[in-house]
Amino acid sequence: MNTIPRVVLRLASVLILASTPALTFAAEENLFDEYRQMMADDNPAQLAEMQGEEYWKTAGGPKKQTLQGCDLGLGPGKTQGAYAVLPRFFADAGRVMDLETRLIWCMTTIQGRDPAELSGKAFSKQGQPTTDLEGLTTWIAGQSRDRVLAVPVDQPQVRAAFEEGKRLFFYRAGPYDFSCASCHSQSGKRIRLTSLPNLTTHDGAVSAYTTWPTYRVSQGAARTMQWRMVDCARQQRLPELIVGSPVTVSLLTYLAASANGGKMAAPGLKR
Amino acid sequence: MFRRWTCVMAATLGVAFVVPLQAEGVADSFRAKGQAKLDRLDQTDMQRICSGPVGMTVPDDVRARLQKTATDSVKFPAADRFLGKWEAGQKIAQTGTGMQSSDDPAVPSGGNCYACHQMAPTEMSYGTLGPSLAGYGKQRGQSEAMLKYTWTRIWNPQAHMPCSHMPRFGDAGILTEEQIRDVMAFLFDPASPVNK
Ligand code: HEC
Ligand code: HEC
Repeated sequence: MNTIPRVVLRLASVLILASTPALTFAAEENLFDEYRQMMADDNPAQLAEMQGEEYWKTAGGPKKQTLQGCDLGLGPGKTQGAYAVLPRFFADAGRVMDLETRLIWCMTTIQGRDPAELSGKAFSKQGQPTTDLEGLTTWIAGQSRDRVLAVPVDQPQVRAAFEEGKRLFFYRAGPYDFSCASCHSQSGKRIRLTSLPNLTTHDGAVSAYTTWPTYRVSQGAARTMQWRMVDCARQQRLPELIVGSPVTVSLLTYLAASANGGKMAAPGLKR
Repeated sequence: MFRRWTCVMAATLGVAFVVPLQAEGVADSFRAKGQAKLDRLDQTDMQRICSGPVGMTVPDDVRARLQKTATDSVKFPAADRFLGKWEAGQKIAQTGTGMQSSDDPAVPSGGNCYACHQMAPTEMSYGTLGPSLAGYGKQRGQSEAMLKYTWTRIWNPQAHMPCSHMPRFGDAGILTEEQIRDVMAFLFDPASPVNK
């Protein structure tokens, strides 16, 4: 356990070094890949995972309940492999949900927690502790490691969410005229030094989707796919995308189903 | 039904109009924050036409209409003063903030040109969504035609390239005329690092 801070420090020093202009882009990428491999078993996201597992099993909320009765799609309490078959349609909620949206629903209905607060304060700010949602999401996604992604696109509701997500992916709006596709529909491109995955291809969708949630070294925090959607919408110059909203679920259904057949490798480790 | 009809009408008459996304229920997934209000979800005529998937094509007459609207939007600088200070332009090209819900609206927006373009060959941190602009002025000279072409490219890229993913820096009010002059100087001035 006490190796984690040391490894993070080492990685941080490499990143600082790598951000000097003298190093080329390729050299920087290689350095980071090397450290990613070295740290494979030492991802600081483990702390978030431990917190999530503990939250899952501990009674909490106004109703003093654990989440062990929460059905993530494979039956109440089943977490193994659940992330690899999400998003899916939930008859009890009457809508398609990704993991985070489902967790908010469970914390609301089972534990009596306030949905507006769960959605409004879903992510930790810089330097703040991991939120319950971040911990749970990181832990449960980790329970699908090495599983093959199989989003149930045969469910008509999932199919509809996929189509809507695809439409939204190409939807240009705002003062900069951006859509998701403005930044993510060409292969081998980058913004400044940051590589941009081509999310309209299977390989691009796999490389992106299977590595989230991820530990972000630059932010010192575990970050989830809902966070990614919210932050990319901000870069797109749109108003604030609401965590767990239909637009987030549709976009995630499009991304996840496009990555179907890929192998889950979360939690990842990224700059 | 009504919406479809207005689209056809607008397309026939060639007028720019806005499709309210509120009507489609998508706005419920967003909340206004800072300077980013919900009306940002509404699409302009161009945005709507250019929202097709990879490989989309735009019919020639629609392309021509988009290009005309964009060309008409361009305001050239008073007294043909195309070039400001390259030092200020360099800063604008480096600055990535502007118009995000998290940005202070009192602070002028950056151009973030480096997000997408190589510019000064000494700057290693550049993106590749757009072509390299290294040596721009040295290669192209400062003819009036070239200055006007480049000003138009920055003011409204849709004038030359309908459905371009480069922002309309002048037309959308991202950069002021003064800022665009400075960015122009960064591209054209022989003393600018772009041309070294
Ligand atoms: C203005 C540019 C821009 C827009 C628009 C944009 N993104 Fe991104 N996106 C980025 C950047 C830059 C990164 C990488 C960030 C990093 O690694 O620090 C990224 C990362 C991602 C990732 C994670 C990729 C990975 O391999 O880790 C996903 C998924 C993603 N974006 C989806 C979207 C979606 C969906 C939208 C539209 C709602 C969108 N993006 C809009 C710039 C953008
Ligand atoms: C989000 C990406 C993006 C940003 C930001 C951006 N551009 Fe571009 N730019 C492009 C693309 C893509 C092209 C290629 C033509 C096209 O699609 O419009 C281009 C083309 C150009 C051209 C024409 C090049 C030629 O060979 O004739 C100029 C000049 C230019 N950009 C200048 C700028 C300046 C100056 C800024 C900042 C104020 C800027 N660009 C910001 C994407 C961008």
